[in-house]
Amino acid sequence: MKQALRSSEAAERMPDGATVLIGGFMGVGSPHRMIDALVARGIRGLTIVANDTARPGLGIGKLITAGAVARVITSHIGLNPETQARMLAGEIEVDLVPQGTLVERIRAGGVGLGGILTATGLGTEVEEGKQVIEIEGRRYLLELPIRGDFALIAAHRADYVGNLEYTLTAHNFNPIMALAADTVIAEAEAIVPVGVIPPDAVKTPGVLVDHLLGRAA
Amino acid sequence: MNIEMEKIGMDPKERIARRVAQEIVPGTLVNLGVGLPSMVANYVPAERGVFFQAENGVIGLGARPPEGMEDKDLTDAGGGFVTAVPGAASIDSAMSFGLIRGGHLDMTVLGGLEVDENGHLANWKVPGKMVPGMGGAMDLVAGARRVVVAMQHSARGASKIVPVCTLPLTAARRVDLIVTDLAVIRPGEDGLTLVERAPGVSVDAIVEATTAHLNVPDNVPEMRLD
Repeated sequence: MKQALRSSEAAERMPDGATVLIGGFMGVGSPHRMIDALVARGIRGLTIVANDTARPGLGIGKLITAGAVARVITSHIGLNPETQARMLAGEIEVDLVPQGTLVERIRAGGVGLGGILTATGLGTEVEEGKQVIEIEGRRYLLELPIRGDFALIAAHRADYVGNLEYTLTAHNFNPIMALAADTVIAEAEAIVPVGVIPPDAVKTPGVLVDHLLGRAA
Repeated sequence: MNIEMEKIGMDPKERIARRVAQEIVPGTLVNLGVGLPSMVANYVPAERGVFFQAENGVIGLGARPPEGMEDKDLTDAGGGFVTAVPGAASIDSAMSFGLIRGGHLDMTVLGGLEVDENGHLANWKVPGKMVPGMGGAMDLVAGARRVVVAMQHSARGASKIVPVCTLPLTAARRVDLIVTDLAVIRPGEDGLTLVERAPGVSVDAIVEATTAHLNVPDNVPEMRLD
Protein backbone atom coordinates (compact mmCIF):
# COMPACT_ATOMS: atom_id res chain seq x y z
CA MET A 1 0.00 0.00 0.00
CA LYS A 2 1.23 3.46 -0.92
CA GLN A 3 1.23 6.48 1.34
CA ALA A 4 -0.84 9.31 -0.06
CA LEU A 5 1.38 12.35 -0.58
CA ARG A 6 0.35 15.97 -0.96
CA SER A 7 1.52 17.59 -4.19
CA SER A 8 3.44 20.22 -2.20
CA GLU A 9 5.30 17.45 -0.32
CA ALA A 10 6.11 15.69 -3.58
CA ALA A 11 7.43 18.95 -5.06
CA GLU A 12 9.69 19.49 -2.02
CA ARG A 13 11.37 16.14 -2.73
CA MET A 14 12.40 17.30 -6.20
CA PRO A 15 15.66 19.29 -6.32
CA ASP A 16 16.47 22.16 -8.65
CA GLY A 17 18.23 20.92 -11.78
CA ALA A 18 16.52 17.52 -11.84
CA THR A 19 15.71 15.66 -15.05
CA VAL A 20 11.97 15.11 -15.11
CA LEU A 21 9.85 13.04 -17.51
CA ILE A 22 6.35 14.53 -17.71
CA GLY A 23 3.41 12.73 -19.31
CA GLY A 24 0.86 14.40 -21.56
CA PHE A 25 0.11 15.52 -25.08
CA MET A 26 -0.85 19.19 -25.37
CA GLY A 27 -1.91 19.04 -21.72
CA VAL A 28 -4.13 15.98 -22.17
CA GLY A 29 -3.00 13.34 -19.67
CA SER A 30 -0.56 15.71 -17.95
CA PRO A 31 -0.03 15.70 -14.17
CA HIS A 32 -1.54 19.15 -13.64
CA ARG A 33 -1.47 19.14 -9.81
CA MET A 34 2.22 18.24 -9.75
CA ILE A 35 3.00 20.92 -12.32
CA ASP A 36 1.15 23.53 -10.23
CA ALA A 37 3.03 22.41 -7.11
CA LEU A 38 6.41 22.72 -8.87
CA VAL A 39 5.53 26.22 -10.05
CA ALA A 40 4.43 27.14 -6.50
CA ARG A 41 7.67 25.76 -5.04
CA GLY A 42 9.65 27.98 -7.46
CA ILE A 43 11.77 25.09 -8.79
CA ARG A 44 14.58 26.05 -11.19
CA GLY A 45 16.94 24.58 -13.75
CA LEU A 46 14.86 21.55 -14.74
CA THR A 47 15.57 19.37 -17.73
CA ILE A 48 12.15 18.34 -18.95
CA VAL A 49 11.49 15.39 -21.22
CA ALA A 50 8.00 15.55 -22.69
CA ASN A 51 6.17 15.20 -25.99
CA ASP A 52 5.51 18.96 -26.20
CA THR A 53 5.45 22.09 -24.07
CA ALA A 54 1.68 22.60 -24.44
CA ARG A 55 0.83 26.28 -24.54
CA PRO A 56 1.20 29.23 -22.16
CA GLY A 57 -1.04 28.75 -19.14
CA LEU A 58 -1.58 25.03 -19.80
CA GLY A 59 0.30 22.03 -18.37
CA ILE A 60 4.04 22.11 -19.04
CA GLY A 61 3.57 25.60 -20.51
CA LYS A 62 3.21 26.85 -16.90
CA LEU A 63 6.71 25.59 -16.04
CA ILE A 64 8.13 27.29 -19.14
CA THR A 65 6.45 30.61 -18.25
CA ALA A 66 7.62 30.33 -14.62
CA GLY A 67 11.26 30.13 -15.74
CA ALA A 68 11.66 26.68 -14.17
CA VAL A 69 13.16 25.03 -17.24
CA ALA A 70 16.77 25.10 -18.48
CA ARG A 71 16.49 22.41 -21.11
CA VAL A 72 13.71 20.52 -22.83
CA ILE A 73 13.89 17.32 -24.84
CA THR A 74 10.71 17.22 -26.90
CA SER A 75 9.15 16.60 -30.30
CA HIS A 76 7.12 19.78 -30.72
CA ILE A 77 7.08 23.35 -29.39
CA GLY A 78 5.02 24.87 -32.20
CA LEU A 79 1.98 25.72 -30.09
CA ASN A 80 3.96 27.45 -27.34
CA PRO A 81 5.42 30.74 -28.60
CA GLU A 82 6.97 31.28 -25.15
CA THR A 83 9.18 28.18 -25.53
CA GLN A 84 10.26 29.38 -28.98
CA ALA A 85 11.00 32.91 -27.73
CA ARG A 86 13.05 31.62 -24.77
CA MET A 87 14.91 29.24 -27.07
CA LEU A 88 15.79 32.06 -29.49
CA ALA A 89 16.85 34.23 -26.52
CA GLY A 90 19.18 31.45 -25.34
CA GLU A 91 17.32 30.95 -22.04
CA ILE A 92 16.14 27.41 -22.79
CA GLU A 93 18.03 24.74 -24.66
CA VAL A 94 15.66 22.75 -26.88
CA ASP A 95 16.51 19.30 -28.27
CA LEU A 96 13.96 18.33 -30.91
CA VAL A 97 13.43 14.59 -31.27
CA PRO A 98 10.98 12.83 -33.62
CA GLN A 99 7.97 11.76 -31.55
CA GLY A 100 8.26 8.04 -32.22
CA THR A 101 11.98 8.14 -31.50
CA LEU A 102 11.39 10.06 -28.27
CA VAL A 103 8.97 7.51 -26.86
CA GLU A 104 11.21 4.58 -27.85
CA ARG A 105 14.31 6.22 -26.32
CA ILE A 106 12.40 6.60 -23.05
CA ARG A 107 11.15 3.03 -23.35
CA ALA A 108 14.72 1.84 -23.94
CA GLY A 109 15.79 3.69 -20.80
CA GLY A 110 13.03 2.00 -18.86
CA VAL A 111 13.34 -1.57 -20.08
CA GLY A 112 17.08 -2.10 -20.00
CA LEU A 113 17.90 -1.62 -23.68
CA GLY A 114 21.12 0.11 -24.69
CA GLY A 115 19.41 2.06 -27.45
CA ILE A 116 17.16 1.61 -30.45
CA LEU A 117 17.66 1.49 -34.21
CA THR A 118 15.22 3.50 -36.31
CA ALA A 119 15.04 4.70 -39.90
CA THR A 120 13.22 7.85 -38.77
CA GLY A 121 15.45 10.89 -39.24
CA LEU A 122 17.82 9.32 -41.79
CA GLY A 123 18.91 11.91 -44.35
CA THR A 124 17.73 14.82 -42.15
CA GLU A 125 19.25 17.10 -39.50
CA VAL A 126 18.34 14.43 -36.94
CA GLU A 127 21.07 12.19 -38.37
CA GLU A 128 23.86 14.69 -37.59
CA GLY A 129 26.43 13.34 -35.15
CA LYS A 130 24.75 9.94 -34.85
CA GLN A 131 25.99 6.48 -35.65
CA VAL A 132 24.37 4.81 -38.68
CA ILE A 133 24.14 1.03 -38.46
CA GLU A 134 23.31 -1.25 -41.37
CA ILE A 135 21.27 -4.38 -40.64
CA GLU A 136 20.45 -6.77 -43.50
CA GLY A 137 21.07 -4.07 -46.06
CA ARG A 138 18.89 -1.42 -44.39
CA ARG A 139 20.25 1.68 -42.67
CA TYR A 140 19.18 2.82 -39.21
CA LEU A 141 20.12 5.55 -36.75
CA LEU A 142 21.34 4.48 -33.34
CA GLU A 143 19.29 6.44 -30.81
CA LEU A 144 20.30 6.33 -27.15
CA PRO A 145 18.16 5.68 -24.07
CA ILE A 146 16.67 8.46 -21.95
CA ARG A 147 16.01 8.19 -18.22
CA GLY A 148 14.79 10.70 -15.67
CA ASP A 149 15.47 11.37 -12.02
CA PHE A 150 11.70 11.68 -11.72
CA ALA A 151 8.68 10.75 -13.81
CA LEU A 152 5.44 12.62 -13.25
CA ILE A 153 2.56 10.48 -14.41
CA ALA A 154 -1.15 11.28 -14.84
CA ALA A 155 -3.66 8.41 -14.70
CA HIS A 156 -7.41 8.05 -14.83
CA ARG A 157 -7.60 5.82 -11.75
CA ALA A 158 -5.12 4.45 -9.25
CA ASP A 159 -5.70 1.83 -6.56
CA TYR A 160 -4.12 1.70 -3.09
CA VAL A 161 -1.11 -0.30 -4.31
CA GLY A 162 -0.47 2.15 -7.16
CA ASN A 163 -1.82 0.19 -10.12
CA LEU A 164 -2.75 2.70 -12.81
CA GLU A 165 -5.46 2.79 -15.44
CA TYR A 166 -5.58 5.35 -18.25
CA THR A 167 -8.31 6.60 -20.53
CA LEU A 168 -8.60 7.46 -24.25
CA THR A 169 -5.91 9.84 -25.56
CA ALA A 170 -4.67 10.54 -22.02
CA HIS A 171 -2.43 7.44 -22.20
CA ASN A 172 0.17 8.94 -24.54
CA PHE A 173 3.64 8.93 -22.92
CA ASN A 174 2.49 8.08 -19.37
CA PRO A 175 2.74 4.26 -19.36
CA ILE A 176 6.19 4.41 -20.98
CA MET A 177 7.58 7.14 -18.72
CA ALA A 178 6.49 5.22 -15.61
CA LEU A 179 9.25 2.70 -16.49
CA ALA A 180 12.08 5.14 -16.96
CA ALA A 181 12.80 7.19 -13.84
CA ASP A 182 14.43 6.63 -10.46
CA THR A 183 11.37 8.03 -8.69
CA VAL A 184 7.87 7.77 -10.15
CA ILE A 185 5.14 10.05 -8.83
CA ALA A 186 1.60 9.41 -10.06
CA GLU A 187 -1.52 11.47 -9.75
CA ALA A 188 -4.92 10.06 -10.61
CA GLU A 189 -8.38 11.54 -10.99
CA ALA A 190 -9.69 8.95 -8.57
CA ILE A 191 -8.13 6.53 -6.08
CA VAL A 192 -10.06 3.31 -5.64
CA PRO A 193 -9.71 0.25 -3.38
CA VAL A 194 -7.56 -2.65 -4.51
CA GLY A 195 -9.55 -4.92 -6.81
CA VAL A 196 -11.68 -2.20 -8.39
CA ILE A 197 -9.27 -1.93 -11.33
CA PRO A 198 -9.28 -5.43 -12.87
CA PRO A 199 -5.80 -6.89 -13.51
CA ASP A 200 -6.40 -6.84 -17.27
CA ALA A 201 -7.07 -3.09 -17.16
CA VAL A 202 -3.84 -2.21 -15.32
CA LYS A 203 -1.45 -0.53 -17.77
CA THR A 204 1.15 0.50 -15.17
CA PRO A 205 1.70 -2.06 -12.41
CA GLY A 206 1.85 -0.47 -8.96
CA VAL A 207 5.36 -1.84 -8.36
CA LEU A 208 6.62 0.90 -10.70
CA VAL A 209 4.97 3.72 -8.75
CA ASP A 210 6.89 5.18 -5.80
CA HIS A 211 4.46 7.86 -4.69
CA LEU A 212 0.78 8.50 -5.22
CA LEU A 213 -0.70 11.94 -4.76
CA GLY A 214 -3.64 11.89 -2.36
CA ARG A 215 -7.01 13.05 -3.57
CA ALA A 216 -7.24 16.71 -4.46
CA ALA A 217 -8.14 18.72 -1.36
CA MET B 1 -24.47 28.55 -61.68
CA ASN B 2 -23.76 25.10 -63.09
CA ILE B 3 -21.88 22.48 -61.12
CA GLU B 4 -18.57 23.00 -62.94
CA MET B 5 -18.58 26.69 -62.15
CA GLU B 6 -19.22 25.91 -58.49
CA LYS B 7 -16.19 23.62 -58.45
CA ILE B 8 -13.96 26.26 -60.00
CA GLY B 9 -15.14 28.74 -57.41
CA MET B 10 -14.68 26.21 -54.61
CA ASP B 11 -12.45 27.21 -51.71
CA PRO B 12 -8.90 26.03 -52.60
CA LYS B 13 -8.52 24.04 -49.39
CA GLU B 14 -11.84 22.29 -49.93
CA ARG B 15 -10.77 21.44 -53.48
CA ILE B 16 -7.54 19.87 -52.18
CA ALA B 17 -9.35 17.97 -49.41
CA ARG B 18 -11.98 16.58 -51.81
CA ARG B 19 -9.34 15.40 -54.26
CA VAL B 20 -7.19 13.76 -51.56
CA ALA B 21 -10.26 11.99 -50.19
CA GLN B 22 -10.47 10.02 -53.47
CA GLU B 23 -7.06 8.50 -52.69
CA ILE B 24 -8.30 6.86 -49.50
CA VAL B 25 -8.86 3.14 -50.00
CA PRO B 26 -11.78 1.42 -48.22
CA GLY B 27 -10.90 -0.49 -45.07
CA THR B 28 -7.50 1.11 -44.49
CA LEU B 29 -5.76 2.87 -41.59
CA VAL B 30 -5.01 6.52 -42.38
CA ASN B 31 -3.29 9.33 -40.45
CA LEU B 32 -4.22 12.92 -41.33
CA GLY B 33 -1.89 15.75 -40.32
CA VAL B 34 -3.18 18.83 -38.52
CA GLY B 35 -4.65 21.74 -40.48
CA LEU B 36 -5.63 21.26 -44.12
CA PRO B 37 -5.04 17.47 -44.18
CA SER B 38 -7.52 16.97 -41.33
CA MET B 39 -10.26 18.41 -43.61
CA VAL B 40 -9.95 15.32 -45.83
CA ALA B 41 -11.99 13.25 -43.34
CA ASN B 42 -15.03 15.43 -44.13
CA TYR B 43 -15.15 13.95 -47.64
CA VAL B 44 -14.64 10.28 -46.80
CA PRO B 45 -18.04 8.60 -46.41
CA ALA B 46 -18.47 6.34 -43.37
CA GLU B 47 -19.38 3.42 -45.68
CA ARG B 48 -15.77 3.33 -46.82
CA GLY B 49 -14.87 1.77 -43.47
CA VAL B 50 -11.70 3.79 -43.01
CA PHE B 51 -10.09 4.08 -39.58
CA PHE B 52 -8.37 7.38 -38.95
CA GLN B 53 -5.45 7.37 -36.54
CA ALA B 54 -4.48 10.32 -34.39
CA GLU B 55 -0.90 9.73 -33.30
CA ASN B 56 -1.59 11.01 -29.79
CA GLY B 57 -3.40 7.77 -29.21
CA VAL B 58 -6.61 6.80 -30.98
CA ILE B 59 -7.51 4.58 -33.91
CA GLY B 60 -11.01 5.43 -35.07
CA LEU B 61 -11.07 9.19 -34.76
CA GLY B 62 -14.56 10.64 -35.18
CA ALA B 63 -16.03 14.07 -35.81
CA ARG B 64 -16.00 16.95 -33.37
CA PRO B 65 -18.54 16.37 -30.55
CA PRO B 66 -21.51 18.71 -30.02
CA GLU B 67 -20.77 21.88 -28.05
CA GLY B 68 -20.64 21.08 -24.35
CA MET B 69 -20.33 17.31 -24.92
CA GLU B 70 -16.52 17.21 -25.21
CA ASP B 71 -14.41 14.70 -23.29
CA LYS B 72 -11.27 16.40 -21.95
CA ASP B 73 -9.33 13.16 -22.49
CA LEU B 74 -10.25 12.68 -26.15
CA THR B 75 -8.48 15.00 -28.59
CA ASP B 76 -6.69 14.80 -31.92
CA ALA B 77 -2.98 15.49 -32.39
CA GLY B 78 -3.69 19.20 -32.74
CA GLY B 79 -5.34 19.24 -29.32
CA GLY B 80 -8.87 19.71 -30.70
CA PHE B 81 -11.78 17.78 -29.20
CA VAL B 82 -12.92 14.75 -31.19
CA THR B 83 -15.07 11.65 -30.78
CA ALA B 84 -14.25 7.99 -31.31
CA VAL B 85 -16.21 5.82 -33.75
CA PRO B 86 -17.60 2.36 -32.88
CA GLY B 87 -14.69 -0.06 -33.10
CA ALA B 88 -12.17 2.55 -31.96
CA ALA B 89 -9.12 1.70 -29.84
CA SER B 90 -7.13 3.91 -27.50
CA ILE B 91 -3.38 3.28 -27.46
CA ASP B 92 -0.23 4.72 -25.91
CA SER B 93 2.47 6.57 -27.85
CA ALA B 94 4.74 3.52 -28.21
CA MET B 95 1.94 1.50 -29.83
CA SER B 96 0.92 4.51 -31.91
CA PHE B 97 4.37 4.99 -33.40
CA GLY B 98 4.93 1.25 -33.60
CA LEU B 99 1.98 1.20 -36.00
CA ILE B 100 3.45 4.10 -37.98
CA ARG B 101 7.03 2.82 -38.26
CA GLY B 102 6.08 -0.83 -38.48
CA GLY B 103 4.31 -0.63 -41.83
CA HIS B 104 0.80 -0.92 -40.37
CA LEU B 105 -0.27 2.56 -41.45
CA ASP B 106 -1.61 2.44 -45.00
CA MET B 107 -1.45 6.14 -45.74
CA THR B 108 -0.66 9.53 -44.28
CA VAL B 109 -1.69 12.95 -45.56
CA LEU B 110 0.59 15.80 -44.51
CA GLY B 111 0.95 19.49 -45.19
CA GLY B 112 4.12 20.82 -46.76
CA LEU B 113 6.34 23.90 -46.89
CA GLU B 114 8.29 22.62 -49.93
CA VAL B 115 8.42 19.52 -52.11
CA ASP B 116 11.20 19.11 -54.66
CA GLU B 117 11.97 17.26 -57.92
CA ASN B 118 13.25 14.28 -55.91
CA GLY B 119 9.88 14.10 -54.16
CA HIS B 120 11.51 15.16 -50.90
CA LEU B 121 9.28 16.94 -48.40
CA ALA B 122 10.24 19.77 -46.03
CA ASN B 123 7.57 20.64 -43.49
CA TRP B 124 8.96 21.09 -39.97
CA LYS B 125 11.30 24.04 -39.75
CA VAL B 126 12.12 27.43 -41.24
CA PRO B 127 15.58 28.09 -39.74
CA GLY B 128 15.73 31.27 -37.69
CA LYS B 129 12.05 32.03 -38.20
CA MET B 130 9.79 29.18 -37.20
CA VAL B 131 10.96 26.08 -35.37
CA PRO B 132 7.86 24.18 -34.32
CA GLY B 133 9.59 20.81 -34.29
CA MET B 134 8.85 17.68 -36.27
CA GLY B 135 6.33 16.15 -33.89
CA GLY B 136 5.32 12.90 -35.57
CA ALA B 137 6.02 14.03 -39.15
CA MET B 138 9.43 12.36 -39.57
CA ASP B 139 8.09 9.01 -38.35
CA LEU B 140 5.03 9.34 -40.58
CA VAL B 141 7.00 10.08 -43.74
CA ALA B 142 9.61 7.41 -43.01
CA GLY B 143 7.08 4.77 -41.99
CA ALA B 144 3.71 5.12 -43.73
CA ARG B 145 3.11 2.85 -46.73
CA ARG B 146 1.91 5.81 -48.78
CA VAL B 147 2.59 9.52 -48.25
CA VAL B 148 0.35 12.17 -49.82
CA VAL B 149 1.23 15.85 -49.49
CA ALA B 150 -1.77 18.20 -49.41
CA MET B 151 -0.84 21.85 -49.70
CA GLN B 152 -1.46 25.10 -51.53
CA HIS B 153 0.57 25.28 -54.74
CA SER B 154 2.16 28.59 -53.77
CA ALA B 155 2.76 30.64 -50.64
CA ARG B 156 2.85 34.45 -50.96
CA GLY B 157 3.18 34.07 -54.71
CA ALA B 158 6.18 31.71 -54.49
CA SER B 159 6.00 28.13 -55.77
CA LYS B 160 6.17 25.51 -53.01
CA ILE B 161 7.15 22.91 -55.58
CA VAL B 162 10.82 23.64 -56.12
CA PRO B 163 13.86 22.14 -57.91
CA VAL B 164 15.61 21.30 -54.62
CA CYS B 165 14.26 21.90 -51.11
CA THR B 166 15.94 24.86 -49.42
CA LEU B 167 14.37 24.03 -46.03
CA PRO B 168 15.46 21.10 -43.81
CA LEU B 169 14.01 17.81 -45.05
CA THR B 170 11.47 15.78 -43.11
CA ALA B 171 12.77 12.49 -44.53
CA ALA B 172 14.94 11.12 -47.32
CA ARG B 173 11.95 9.15 -48.63
CA ARG B 174 10.23 10.16 -51.87
CA VAL B 175 6.58 11.05 -51.26
CA ASP B 176 3.97 9.31 -53.42
CA LEU B 177 1.61 12.10 -54.49
CA ILE B 178 1.24 15.88 -54.24
CA VAL B 179 -2.23 17.44 -54.37
CA THR B 180 -2.52 21.23 -54.59
CA ASP B 181 -5.28 23.69 -55.41
CA LEU B 182 -3.97 23.72 -59.01
CA ALA B 183 -2.74 20.23 -59.76
CA VAL B 184 -2.07 16.61 -58.90
CA ILE B 185 1.63 15.78 -59.31
CA ARG B 186 3.31 12.37 -59.06
CA PRO B 187 6.97 12.18 -58.02
CA GLY B 188 8.92 9.32 -59.55
CA GLU B 189 12.34 8.11 -60.70
CA ASP B 190 12.22 10.60 -63.59
CA GLY B 191 11.12 13.61 -61.53
CA LEU B 192 7.71 15.21 -61.14
CA THR B 193 4.87 14.38 -63.54
CA LEU B 194 1.76 16.50 -63.86
CA VAL B 195 -1.13 14.02 -63.79
CA GLU B 196 -4.23 16.20 -63.26
CA ARG B 197 -5.17 19.85 -63.37
CA ALA B 198 -7.84 21.66 -61.34
CA PRO B 199 -11.07 22.47 -63.19
CA GLY B 200 -10.58 25.49 -65.44
CA VAL B 201 -6.82 25.66 -64.83
CA SER B 202 -4.58 25.26 -67.90
CA VAL B 203 -1.39 23.23 -68.09
CA ASP B 204 0.47 26.43 -68.98
CA ALA B 205 -0.80 28.16 -65.86
CA ILE B 206 0.42 25.27 -63.69
CA VAL B 207 3.86 25.17 -65.33
CA GLU B 208 4.04 28.96 -64.91
CA ALA B 209 3.23 28.69 -61.18
CA THR B 210 5.83 25.95 -60.55
CA THR B 211 9.59 26.54 -60.25
CA ALA B 212 10.35 22.80 -60.36
CA HIS B 213 10.51 21.07 -63.75
CA LEU B 214 7.30 19.18 -64.52
CA ASN B 215 7.01 16.32 -67.00
CA VAL B 216 3.82 17.08 -68.94
CA PRO B 217 2.08 14.20 -70.75
CA ASP B 218 0.03 14.87 -73.89
CA ASN B 219 -3.19 14.50 -72.00
CA VAL B 220 -3.62 16.04 -68.53
CA PRO B 221 -7.21 15.44 -67.44
CA GLU B 222 -9.13 17.68 -65.04
CA MET B 223 -9.39 16.43 -61.48
CA ARG B 224 -12.77 15.06 -60.45
CA LEU B 225 -14.16 16.81 -57.41
CA ASP B 226 -16.96 14.58 -56.16
